[in-house]
Amino acid sequence: MQTSAQNLTSRLANPTRFMSLSATALPWLGGIAAAFIAFGLYLAFFSAPPDYQQGQTVKIMFIHVPSAWLAMGIYLLVAISSFGLLVFRHPLADVSAKAAVPLGAAFTFLALITGALWGRPMWGAYWVWDARLTSVLILFFLYLGLMALRSSLDDEALASKLTAILALVGIVLLPIIKFSVEWWNTLHQPASVLRFGGPSIHASILVPLLVMAVGFVLAFTAMHLMAMRNEILRRRVKALTLAEVSRAGAGLPAGAKG
Amino acid sequence: MNLGPHAAFIIASYAIVAAVMITLVAWLIFDGRRQQRALDALEARGVRRRSRAGDSGQ
Repeated sequence: MQTSAQNLTSRLANPTRFMSLSATALPWLGGIAAAFIAFGLYLAFFSAPPDYQQGQTVKIMFIHVPSAWLAMGIYLLVAISSFGLLVFRHPLADVSAKAAVPLGAAFTFLALITGALWGRPMWGAYWVWDARLTSVLILFFLYLGLMALRSSLDDEALASKLTAILALVGIVLLPIIKFSVEWWNTLHQPASVLRFGGPSIHASILVPLLVMAVGFVLAFTAMHLMAMRNEILRRRVKALTLAEVSRAGAGLPAGAKG
Repeated sequence: MNLGPHAAFIIASYAIVAAVMITLVAWLIFDGRRQQRALDALEARGVRRRSRAGDSGQ
């Protein structure tokens, strides 16, 4: 007997059904994401107090931390999708991985740039080569590497497999990023939300952060669905273009079955 | 609202995040429309997916 999760996975395995369901879900998802981010911005600028040490620069945290969480979360999604491609050959797994990688690179870039803009007034430096910053920079390069590897091979099936293998090897970076602030002496502060013993941030700052984080996750989910839909359309266009060329080569009319 | 002595860093952070997210969404919409137009053009020439080959009775 199949579980409901298996049912959902197998139902979504059909790209045509995925296109139909995602078209229905996208406006809702985008709207809810925008509402969460708008509410989060209101809380960040009109409700959250300045930090007793960092002053108003703590406002950068409301976009830096969700970007950094997404940078790692999206990589986990890429790795799971890659596993789905290599082990289960799920029809949408490669579509999911390919669509998520540029978005992951974008959010990693945002984590790095907002971190630099937060670091300059607080640490006196835009960049330091400590373990947390350096490991996130390597994650950014890994995302770029995944895109470069995929685009460097003409054989799409081979490119998908090799990219998936690299993505699975690269997952070793995630615990290094997460625990870098504990394993090494870093300028970057240790975890203050996702930690044993619960968050160490006051609710007046934690709530806006969590609202923004939910908004960012929903916004990414909407963007990922859009990117997956685009990739499915791109593959259909490619398949039909090849079919048209082969029919033209065989001297058949365009609409003929061949 | 007073953002303090480091207002420029706060505003720059939010501006960059907004710019990147708006660019991503704009690109995704543009790319989606481009792919849909290409698909429509192919189907208008009579090239159809097997699952839709019978749609027009051909």
